[in-house]
Amino acid sequence: MIPFLLTFLLALLLYLLLTAGSGNLLLWSPQELVAGVVLSLLAAAVAKNFLCRSHNFRMANPLRLILIPLYLLGPFLLEVTLANLDVAYRVITGKIRPGIIRVQSGLKTDLGIFMLANSITLTPGTITVDIDEESHDLYVHNINVPAGWEAETGVIDRELFSLADIPAWIRRIAE
Amino acid sequence: MIADILVLACLSIGILFNTLGIVGLLRFPDVYTRMHATTKMTTFGSMFTALAVIIFGGAQFISTGDSQYVTLSTHTIIAALALAFTNAVGSHAIARGAHRSGLKPAPAVVDRLEEWAP
Repeated sequence: MIPFLLTFLLALLLYLLLTAGSGNLLLWSPQELVAGVVLSLLAAAVAKNFLCRSHNFRMANPLRLILIPLYLLGPFLLEVTLANLDVAYRVITGKIRPGIIRVQSGLKTDLGIFMLANSITLTPGTITVDIDEESHDLYVHNINVPAGWEAETGVIDRELFSLADIPAWIRRIAE
Repeated sequence: MIADILVLACLSIGILFNTLGIVGLLRFPDVYTRMHATTKMTTFGSMFTALAVIIFGGAQFISTGDSQYVTLSTHTIIAALALAFTNAVGSHAIARGAHRSGLKPAPAVVDRLEEWAP
């Protein structure tokens, strides 16, 4: 029952976002509201076993959901901007020192490792190439490997980011 | 007036980063370093062009009160989020596929993935 309700609410929210501005009942027209409820019920009946496959409902906690946009607009945006300027500098000067390093994450859940891998990939200068599914270590292609890192067998994830502590934020959101 | 300046600034930044991404595609030596330039910098540039559309929609809604501009802004926000997600997953898939098919990083100081047998 809970997976059905959660999927329904998520689908309805997405439908309302897509049709915002269609009428004058708040922002939606009555037809759109009825169609949204019907379609969301259908979608929830079909997809309820996909969204909540692990039957762990910690992500339904509103506090964690509020942290996601804060994380995206705060520390993550800062890191992406800094890294973009760094890669722009490397594009112009051509000073690169590429290599694939092993990064120890220490995250336990699938969602946590997914968010960390995507955050690393979206930060320019680093791409997650592969994941060790047992130890949850990441193989990261780095465009400029700092001196000394090529000898280390595992780099701590915090050291990939210059200012903000991205892994701590992800631990707060997803674990 | 202020909105016009903001829109122009966002468009300029977006086009600048997209151009740098293309220059990186031409300059860098192998597939992994090229992906750093093309997939990430062009996403950052496209985010700024999307931000320009969002600011334009918001400003038009405030001055005219026409709700179609709200639709424009929300759709652009959703498009930008979808772009960020598909970009991250897609570039990860391309990099993993390239390494699995035997394409090694050509100039590389270290390759830990090579030593790891899955």
